[in-house]
Amino acid sequence: MAIHGLKTKKLNLRRTPRPGETIVQGLLFLCGFFSIFTTLGIVYELGKEALLFFQMPEVNILQALTSAEWKPHVGKFGIWSLVTSTLMTTVIAMSIAIPLGLGVAIYLSEYAAPKTRSMLKPILEVLAGIPTIVYGYFALMFMTPLLRTIFGSDVVQIYNTASAGLVMGILILPLITSMTEDALGAVPRALREAAYGMGATKLEVALQIVLPAALSGIAAAIIIGISRAIGETMIVAVAAGAGPNFTFNPFEGAETVTGHIVRISGGDLAYDSIDYNSIFFLGLLLFVITLTLNIISQRIVRRFREVYE
Amino acid sequence: MTPLTPSPSPTKRGGQPAYNVNIERRNRTGNVWRWVFRASTIVGIIALTALILNIMNSAFGYAALEAKVDPATLTVDGLPLEQQSKEQLVELLRSKLSKGAFNKLDNETSFEERSRANVLQVVNERIVRYEVVQVWTLWTSLTKADEIRAIAATEFPTAELKFISWLTTDFVTRPQSSEAITTGVRTAILGSLWTILFTILFAFPIGVGAAIYLEEYATDNWLNRAIRTNINNLAGVPSIVYGILGLAIFVRTLEPLTSGELFGMVDSTTANGRTVLAAGLTLGLLVLPIIIINAQEAIRAVPQSLRKASYGLGATKWQTIWSHVLPNAMPGILTGTILAISRAIGETAPLVVVGASTAISFDPESPFSKFTTLPIQIYQWTARPQAEFRSVAAATILVLLVMLLSLNASAVILRNRFSRKY
Repeated sequence: MAIHGLKTKKLNLRRTPRPGETIVQGLLFLCGFFSIFTTLGIVYELGKEALLFFQMPEVNILQALTSAEWKPHVGKFGIWSLVTSTLMTTVIAMSIAIPLGLGVAIYLSEYAAPKTRSMLKPILEVLAGIPTIVYGYFALMFMTPLLRTIFGSDVVQIYNTASAGLVMGILILPLITSMTEDALGAVPRALREAAYGMGATKLEVALQIVLPAALSGIAAAIIIGISRAIGETMIVAVAAGAGPNFTFNPFEGAETVTGHIVRISGGDLAYDSIDYNSIFFLGLLLFVITLTLNIISQRIVRRFREVYE
Repeated sequence: MTPLTPSPSPTKRGGQPAYNVNIERRNRTGNVWRWVFRASTIVGIIALTALILNIMNSAFGYAALEAKVDPATLTVDGLPLEQQSKEQLVELLRSKLSKGAFNKLDNETSFEERSRANVLQVVNERIVRYEVVQVWTLWTSLTKADEIRAIAATEFPTAELKFISWLTTDFVTRPQSSEAITTGVRTAILGSLWTILFTILFAFPIGVGAAIYLEEYATDNWLNRAIRTNINNLAGVPSIVYGILGLAIFVRTLEPLTSGELFGMVDSTTANGRTVLAAGLTLGLLVLPIIIINAQEAIRAVPQSLRKASYGLGATKWQTIWSHVLPNAMPGILTGTILAISRAIGETAPLVVVGASTAISFDPESPFSKFTTLPIQIYQWTARPQAEFRSVAAATILVLLVMLLSLNASAVILRNRFSRKY
């Protein structure tokens, strides 16, 4: 009987259906797909409320996109005074972060001895890990007094875009440095050796051989830096001033897009009020700008990357 | 044919062969630039040093304190406050405070259980009520102590000049209050921890799940490519946008859930959906891409041979992942998660938008409580015009930095301890 039983149970080489495995895979797929929901959520919620914002009787879409007066209490919503101050802080930040960031990256990748490198890199990581509110404190308590001693306190206001921008530059410095250093490190050694063999000096190798070869990575780093500067909030909220101000004077206070959102939502914001809807519009603006920049940066890397071997 | 002769030597200029003609100048420029590169590195280090010194500078220093009620008037039988017994101090409280206020204190912790030091502190806070009239930075306190004493003596004759460390153990354990000298960050620390708890509970399983899917299951089709690109893009979205999303979804749309209404657990003090839970979920969305990207790297680092060996023994895909891939990738995943948490702990902007309460003095007790966090307190205190609150903010920054440093240190230890080389 036992033998008989064995005989009938043929060896089955077909794939055994395992419902457990399928369920697990399905759950994992949902986890992966969750990020798509997040993006859809951002686009849907921000888009919906931004549309409501434009449907409000006080708001005129043409005026909103062309005017420089953002005065919610009198029903004026021109985004340019907010946008120009965002641009100001970004330009100031990048004019600090790009040269310094590239300098530090070239130094670390081409000049520094391994020992120095291993000492300097943690310092940069610490700089990158400090919360931005701490940088905001630093801007208000250190950079502003410093600027006021240098340029005179009648020229520099207590809240000004210059100090916020400068400190933002320090914040973005480690980001640009680490991305640039990665790009420089990916340039093959053979290129450097060949240039040295032709009699190039160290500087010539660094600036004329390695830097151009890593250009796509560096461009990507700079664009990511800009996108970070545009979205940066707490430094400008603390140090750049409250109240929209259409000015190109870096020593005057002016509220940026992000700073405005934080100030407006500081109190208990009533749903469906014009302020509530306006922050969704501004948020959508930020999202679109930074997303575009990020996509451009990814394209640059993919398109212009020099592939070695 | 002319015999082979060495080609004429290159024309010389200034005693140098032509191929070397500019070598000195080139080397000089090289040296100048070397210093430029080094200088930019030094600037970075100076910035970090300045930042830390600046915070230290405000966190310690002289302060002139003025008492609302002169302690000299509170002597009992000629004994100054410091020497009175606990019973005498309690009696003093009973006589000076309103009955309601006294009973409230007694209800919080009964006076019988309180220590004498605690009662003395209550007396100082509620009756004497010290107020900061001026603060000096650490640097001025160290270099110009005599001047400070002179100023304090002339301008605030009734004030007491004290060298204060704004960061004390009391500061860490005291709840928030409206006076700079008596305020503390206990509420904010607990708020931060509660928020982070929900961030982890939400983001860790989903993040690791997504990473497993992308690394182990996902084939190369358009959907999976879209998911990958999307995660990279989400990592670059400004944190404030997550705050706005959190406000729309967690605070408003899911209010029944985040306010606890669904569970019949509405906190009596809660302002609709602006709760610990909503904040934790918002930060969870924010750190999700970071967790996924780090977990993907950790899973990718597990060698294929381990998976092959497991399959060879007849294990299913999930068995292989659960028993071999995940345990080997776990140190990397945890390191990445800790880094994500330290990012979440320092976030301010999204929580302001979600609706952190700035002035609460009671500890958060459930997911549905109002909340404040350390960065929120730093923001709120920095935004105040009074100098003493800047000092309080500096002390809070130190607490936050210590918290972040210990988190990062644990990540490094984890990485070094468990990292395996294949």
